[in-house]
Amino acid sequence: MAVATVIEAIRSTLDEALEADERAFILGEDVEAGGVFRVTEGLKAKHPAQVLDTPLAESSIIGVAIGAAHYGLRPIAEIQFADFIHAGFDQLCSEASRWCYRTKGDSWLPMVVRAPWGGGVHGGQHHSQSIEAFYAHLPGIKVVAPAFPADYRSLLKAAIADPNPVLFLEHKRTYRLIKQEMIGAPAETVLGRARVTRQGRDLTILAYGLMLIESLAAAETLAAEGIDCSVVDLLTLQPLDVETILESVRTTGKALIVHEDTLTGGLGGEIAALIAEHAFEFLDAPVRRLAAPDIPAMPYHHAMEAFFMPDRDKIAKAARDLAAY
Amino acid sequence: MATVTMPQLGESVTEGTVLKWLKQPGEAVRLDESLCEIETEKVTAELPSPFAGTMGAILVREGETVEVGVPLCELIENGATDAPNAHGPVQWSGGPMAIPPAESPAAADEPVSAPAPPEAPERSGAVRAPGPVDRRRFFSPIASRLAAAHDIDLGSLTGSGIDGRVTKQDVEAAIVRLEPTPPGGPPARPPRTGDRPTASPYAVVELSATRRTIGARLTRSNLEAPQAWTMVEADVSLLERRRLEDRGRLDPTGRAHLTLFPYFALAVCQALREFPEFNARWEGGELRRYLAVNAGIAVGTDRGLVVPVVRDAQNLNADGLASALDALVGRARSSRLQLEDVEEGTITLNNTGAFGSIASRPILNYPQVAIVTLERVVLRPVVIAGGIAIRSIVNVCLSFDHRVADGVEAGGFLAAIKRELEGEHVTS
Repeated sequence: MAVATVIEAIRSTLDEALEADERAFILGEDVEAGGVFRVTEGLKAKHPAQVLDTPLAESSIIGVAIGAAHYGLRPIAEIQFADFIHAGFDQLCSEASRWCYRTKGDSWLPMVVRAPWGGGVHGGQHHSQSIEAFYAHLPGIKVVAPAFPADYRSLLKAAIADPNPVLFLEHKRTYRLIKQEMIGAPAETVLGRARVTRQGRDLTILAYGLMLIESLAAAETLAAEGIDCSVVDLLTLQPLDVETILESVRTTGKALIVHEDTLTGGLGGEIAALIAEHAFEFLDAPVRRLAAPDIPAMPYHHAMEAFFMPDRDKIAKAARDLAAY
Repeated sequence: MATVTMPQLGESVTEGTVLKWLKQPGEAVRLDESLCEIETEKVTAELPSPFAGTMGAILVREGETVEVGVPLCELIENGATDAPNAHGPVQWSGGPMAIPPAESPAAADEPVSAPAPPEAPERSGAVRAPGPVDRRRFFSPIASRLAAAHDIDLGSLTGSGIDGRVTKQDVEAAIVRLEPTPPGGPPARPPRTGDRPTASPYAVVELSATRRTIGARLTRSNLEAPQAWTMVEADVSLLERRRLEDRGRLDPTGRAHLTLFPYFALAVCQALREFPEFNARWEGGELRRYLAVNAGIAVGTDRGLVVPVVRDAQNLNADGLASALDALVGRARSSRLQLEDVEEGTITLNNTGAFGSIASRPILNYPQVAIVTLERVVLRPVVIAGGIAIRSIVNVCLSFDHRVADGVEAGGFLAAIKRELEGEHVTS
């Protein structure tokens, strides 16, 4: 595997995890047949006892994963679309996130919940949502949202090895869009670390998932205009890599946070607060957020979807304004 | 042609002064470009042009104060005919952020000479002008911090940011301009906008021998002695009364200049009997405690700080100390100090209160191990026996060499000085 798509990177990682540890198993809707995005394609044939179809009941998928993790297994649950995960919110919030705390560290829950998220695929209200902020609010769960195949691979590995519940978010637009030469590619192997993907002097763009890709494209456009952007790939949303965020913002003095999630209550607010608290004296401009408007859900119509989602042009414009401040 | 009138720059403001015309007749003017600076009792602001055009006649001279509504200048709109009063009187738009009031169709027909004063001040929009923030005078945290660290006057910089705001890059460029690049250092980042003159913006100051000596000694002091600092507050109301009596006794004309300082020197000498560890020098690798108090007195002169010494100060009373101090200070100020006048001090006293200071953190006069300051006497309300009284209060500060003593001794020493300054016996 020299050049891999995101899907190929995830599939190979799952394959290796099942191979390496017989306690590991995949559960989810239609995963035996490969799932709607074909991520688990071929895995059932190779590991018949470790790939299990479930009923269409997200609460049960996550609840079974919790029980299996209690039992000493290493469940890797798939939620078909992140939009459906809220049916299992109570399981994640009230049970999974608190288990280690509740048992004073006597008992751990090594489980991963994978969920394809995000828009830009013409998926409409039920197949496009950004759900990360709800779960990143829970202190007992780790939330990961990579953009590049090599990071998907190394961070999924780390998530499976982690003794805590990890929500592993896969941006569905990056699934087949983003390809990467895997050999020698930079890959973050530790949960909770961000990476400065592009080093610049004038301002810092902080993003994750598809927006990271868009931010890098915007940074290229801006570089041609003489605006030199740092782009930080947050990678893990809970816990945030506060030091990397602050270090970059302290260097540039200006921060633009980009997310596809709606503005109010999104992660941008949390990051902006961290910057205000810890880097105030380094700021040369107000912290800016670029996010989807506060509209209940991603619209279906392509023009409306384009209006809703931030993209490279909107990011470039926001960054241009911030640079000019 | 339109007439621009004096805006109402705030509630209850009725007049304004034209400080400076920024545009001259015939000059092209952009929308919202500043025409002039206006000062009122509340604010100083620039008057933005209500439209793009050409500056007409100036009707109010710089420095002249006129009432709100009085025409200040004429303005010719781009492409407009020069028909008189085509626009009627132009009220200030309130800057780029304000929403212009809807024009009444009848407005053009109304007499131009008497614009009604706005009745509802909040509708004038003037208090918000020019825009919510004057960004040329807004300095971001990083810009302020960089400027402070490099002693740069932000107001003197030309900003390249929004509305002329001084950006971090502008400050960095100024730092590069104003500070020499260390030889062999990395090339500094070029300024983002504009080229600046390269002539040296500073002059190298020749240091006098005295300044060099002071610098070297204080640097050595800071490097070698771990210095701690502490302070007490003393009530010198009784002492002040005695000082005035003494002054009258010494000179019946009452014109003699007897300050509190000799009494302070006396109090320190008394306290040193109890805490002799502070009458010492850390010298030749050993701690030398002295029996005689050779009190160094910090004296500011034209050529810098000198510290002449009152020898055997422990044997002098307040009168004797006052005479000795007078003589030394006189010699110091007239540059007639002898070598023995400045040698072998065992402790230094500093009358920092003479500069108005109420607390100071002196640096040790190395190799001495203590320096004590007398701060300014201030009248303060003080609670005494459940009542409030106005008392003369002074702070006494001590820096000491922590190798020699700890806080216990330092606190005791200061408490003893305080006791001497406050004590009943000094009123005798």
